[in-house]
Amino acid sequence: MSTATAARPRTRIAVIMGLVAFAVYSVAPVWWLVVAATKSQADLYTTNGLWFAEFRLWDNLRGLFTYQDGIFLTWMGNTLLYGVAGTAGMTLVCVACGYGLAMYRFRGRGVMMGAIIGSFLVPGALLTIPSFLLYTDLNLVDTPWAIILPSFFSAFSVYLAKVYAEGAIPPELLEAARIDGAGEYRIFFSVGARLMSTGAATIFLLGFVGSWNSFFGPLVYLRDQHKWPVMLGLYSWLKVKVDNSTDLTGLVVVGSIISLVPMVALMISLQRYWRSGITLGSLR
Amino acid sequence: MAITAGPRAWRRTAALQGASFTVPFFLGFVLFSVVPVVLALRESLFTQRSSGLGFGPKTIEFAGLDNFLRGLADAKFWAGMGRVGLFAAISIPLIQVVSVVMALLLDAASRRVAARFRLPLLIPYMIPGIVATLIWIYLYSPDVGPLTPFLALLGIDADFYSGELIWVSIGNLMAWGAIGFNMLIVYADLQSVPREIFESARVDGASELRVAWSIKVPMIRRSLVLTTVLSIIGTLQIFSDPMLFRSMTPETVTRDFTPIMAIYDWAFAQGDFNYAAALSIILALVVGAASAVFYRLTNKAPTS
Repeated sequence: MSTATAARPRTRIAVIMGLVAFAVYSVAPVWWLVVAATKSQADLYTTNGLWFAEFRLWDNLRGLFTYQDGIFLTWMGNTLLYGVAGTAGMTLVCVACGYGLAMYRFRGRGVMMGAIIGSFLVPGALLTIPSFLLYTDLNLVDTPWAIILPSFFSAFSVYLAKVYAEGAIPPELLEAARIDGAGEYRIFFSVGARLMSTGAATIFLLGFVGSWNSFFGPLVYLRDQHKWPVMLGLYSWLKVKVDNSTDLTGLVVVGSIISLVPMVALMISLQRYWRSGITLGSLR
Repeated sequence: MAITAGPRAWRRTAALQGASFTVPFFLGFVLFSVVPVVLALRESLFTQRSSGLGFGPKTIEFAGLDNFLRGLADAKFWAGMGRVGLFAAISIPLIQVVSVVMALLLDAASRRVAARFRLPLLIPYMIPGIVATLIWIYLYSPDVGPLTPFLALLGIDADFYSGELIWVSIGNLMAWGAIGFNMLIVYADLQSVPREIFESARVDGASELRVAWSIKVPMIRRSLVLTTVLSIIGTLQIFSDPMLFRSMTPETVTRDFTPIMAIYDWAFAQGDFNYAAALSIILALVVGAASAVFYRLTNKAPTS
């Protein structure tokens, strides 16, 4: 508050104008998508993109959910399955690991921390081609496991969990539990995991967003279109235009909007968690 | 030290049990991160040769560094690397500058105003990358997008899919998705600075701009370095954006337009995994070198 009163009125107006301009830039493309989703495909090409024409949203939705026997619903279901299963497993594995690294001193701990930080710098692209060969050997290619299993092991989540555990769990508390005779595993489940629940929620949310956005992995590891996540499906519809002359623009537009409804709903309802995740990430 | 009391043996058991919390992660980490790196190194040293006229079975031979030498001399791969390198060198500083300016604006506004703007500014962050690219592809489209007719009204004839503008188009959509998130990191950092520092500078007669440039910007150096390194790593590996643009304009965005697209093409269209692995390693080294050079430069610069 003190900053605003101290600032001169001219500065204040310039600040607000700058923020408004940027807010328009941020929101306008999404506005276009919302408007476009309510139009028939013919109107998409002929009417002003920033305002409504004849309202055809329900027809578009019916078209979306019935196209190719409702394959879009299959894609949404797959995305949800990969997101929930992969991220739940990841949260459990990574929170436990971060807790171990933060609360105990043991041999090899330094090496582990080094490996985690170092792996941030390894480009994911280096891993994709050899991972494909590895998954071929493990018979994972073209199964949901090729997407779910590797997502359990996220070095960045371990890092976040460790930072969070260091801030949230006072070592004296563990010491007190030990004196009461509790074993280390019992302490983790009754004390550690509980104190880390906010951090774990943040890690889950960030992981879920990442999984919802993933594209390169599914593109490489999944062949059967009934196993695709929705992003890959939308891409295949976009491509159709070039390969033959059917135009699926209308479907891509409505599909895009439906695909982001769960994400936006989740993010708005859990705002507090991902904001704390962002600040956690900047703490390093 | 987390564990300080108790007899020695007991303490060691506790530490061992503590270490066991990290076992599941590190087993998976070795299998899904370390093993692939080793595999990439191994694959890159071999090559596939078809015997006879190309009809016989393929044999795998040790090739030493042949794949790397071929990769280092691969003009198309390096052309892609050059394109992406130039793009990163221009787009990353621009995106960072705009993010900082936005964060400073948000910080200069009152808390009440800032809270009102936060949600709209973060909408792009909530949109999955592929959907963001799809939206912009349509906005750029001369058929369905409103941008081309709007610019035509102003007498500007712009083809966002053309070779001259394609990187501007991609850069704009990357900026659209990245600025909100970067801005929030910087803003969080700014908020943690004690307000009295700014107040005393103002009392001394410093203008808002001067306070921003001489006091606030140096305070957020650390989070700037962080977001910049992450952007360098991400941008050099750019794949999905050009891949989607390729669907609309295959003549401009060729199949080896960026290094990763070339690697993908070699592996899955041409079936030469060995060469693709070598190219992946070369790309990883370039990304590592770029990040290291950046770290060096920023650590040499004066801190205050």
